Amino acid sequence: MKVEDVPQDSGITEGVSEIRYALDNDGRYVMAGSKGWDVVNTVNRQAWDEISHQTAEVLARIRRGEVSVLAYYMALNQMDEMLLAKYARLSRRRVRRHLKPKVFAGLKRDMQACYARIFRVEVEEFASGRLPDSVINIYEG
Amino acid sequence: MKVEIPFSHRQSAHCESGVLANLLTHHGLELSEAMTFGLGAGLFFAYLPFIKLNHLPLTTFRSAAGGIIKHAAPALGICVTTKRFSREKKAMEALDRLLGNGVPVGLQIGIYWLPYIPRAFRFHFNAHNLVVYGQQGDEYLISDPVMPGPVTCPSMDLQRARFAKGALAPKGRLYYITRMPQKIELAQAAGKAIVKVSKLMTKTPVPIIGVRGIRFLANRLEKWPVKLGDKKAALYLGQLVRMQEEIGTGGGGFRFIYAAFLQECGALLAEKSLTGLSEKMTAVGDRWREFAVIAARICKGRAEKDDTYAAMADIIRDCAERERRIFTRLLHLFS
Repeated sequence: MKVEDVPQDSGITEGVSEIRYALDNDGRYVMAGSKGWDVVNTVNRQAWDEISHQTAEVLARIRRGEVSVLAYYMALNQMDEMLLAKYARLSRRRVRRHLKPKVFAGLKRDMQACYARIFRVEVEEFASGRLPDSVINIYEG
Repeated sequence: MKVEIPFSHRQSAHCESGVLANLLTHHGLELSEAMTFGLGAGLFFAYLPFIKLNHLPLTTFRSAAGGIIKHAAPALGICVTTKRFSREKKAMEALDRLLGNGVPVGLQIGIYWLPYIPRAFRFHFNAHNLVVYGQQGDEYLISDPVMPGPVTCPSMDLQRARFAKGALAPKGRLYYITRMPQKIELAQAAGKAIVKVSKLMTKTPVPIIGVRGIRFLANRLEKWPVKLGDKKAALYLGQLVRMQEEIGTGGGGFRFIYAAFLQECGALLAEKSLTGLSEKMTAVGDRWREFAVIAARICKGRAEKDDTYAAMADIIRDCAERERRIFTRLLHLFS
């Protein structure tokens, strides 16, 4: 790749310039700044669209009473049961139990606080079970 | 507490080689990022379908986290002390103590929890590297090599990032240089590092690693649409391109860094054929990028007539063959 071919497609880097190695006119390697590349912007957007899509599906399942509010926070934070279990220092089985609306409703305060800390929300907010009306994609939010 | 160690931040393409190059410079040895990457045997390939990130298989275009430091340190004769911690408080205290002693500290961290990283890059990727060079109130002063300038990070967030969980969990890992050598045999070290990478890429008897791994990926990728359906196949594809090109991981990018390293070695060792091989490596990087362009069109749902999984698999197989030739030739040159 030559310096003049280093893509300058702004998008996901929020104006942060990245370094790319490219050849100058004498065929020597130099470090060139890049504002981003449409190819990367596309696949990055695809990943976030998928996260939003999964989160929206989870919201629907919560409203149907199939899973607890915990599932929403997991989807929002790109966590599966295994990863959340590690953060919470719980067994995967217990996390799975907390995904049941009935079990979740009976969670003790310190368990709520533990989850709230992981998801970086106030424990009142977490315990209230309030949900957003729709999912915000970082590309729109 | 207020500490600020004079530390010169240089932006780089890849986090680990950038961190090591900056730490070495701090200790009086000015090496380019490309040279550090090469000496650390940073180039690699592995397709690891059994490790999942966001439910999608992991592909790596460079050596495992910590690999560059692990290889470059003995090659250069430097001592790097590495520590891991089971308790978060202890890990932060150890960091503070080192800063208090005027030692800039390298950290492995999870990128998801870093507030200064652009939002779009925050996935649960745990093998990012940065240098902490000071502390001011509740914030740490950070030289993150993928950022244009120094940044700051609240201590709570840094602690979280140091103890990120999941694949490649850093477990509070910190590292710092404890001894620099009197004299450095750069040419010799470079030769050894080239042999190391060439062997890994061409002689590893495991089908998912090196050139064989690239072919394995090509064969798998070709079958993705049939096996997974179009939607899931596109997600797999997108993840692959992200692993290849996104911040701090640029894989087409890694081929270019290695080409820059070979070019530098050509001058260092007065070996003309290395310059030629550097050009060939550049061509491989370009080829990987061609694949990424087609992949992105498919992910966007704008595939043109010839944008097929078979066509992409062919490009990837071509990359494998080209890399095989380069590394076989390098192995000949240095052993």
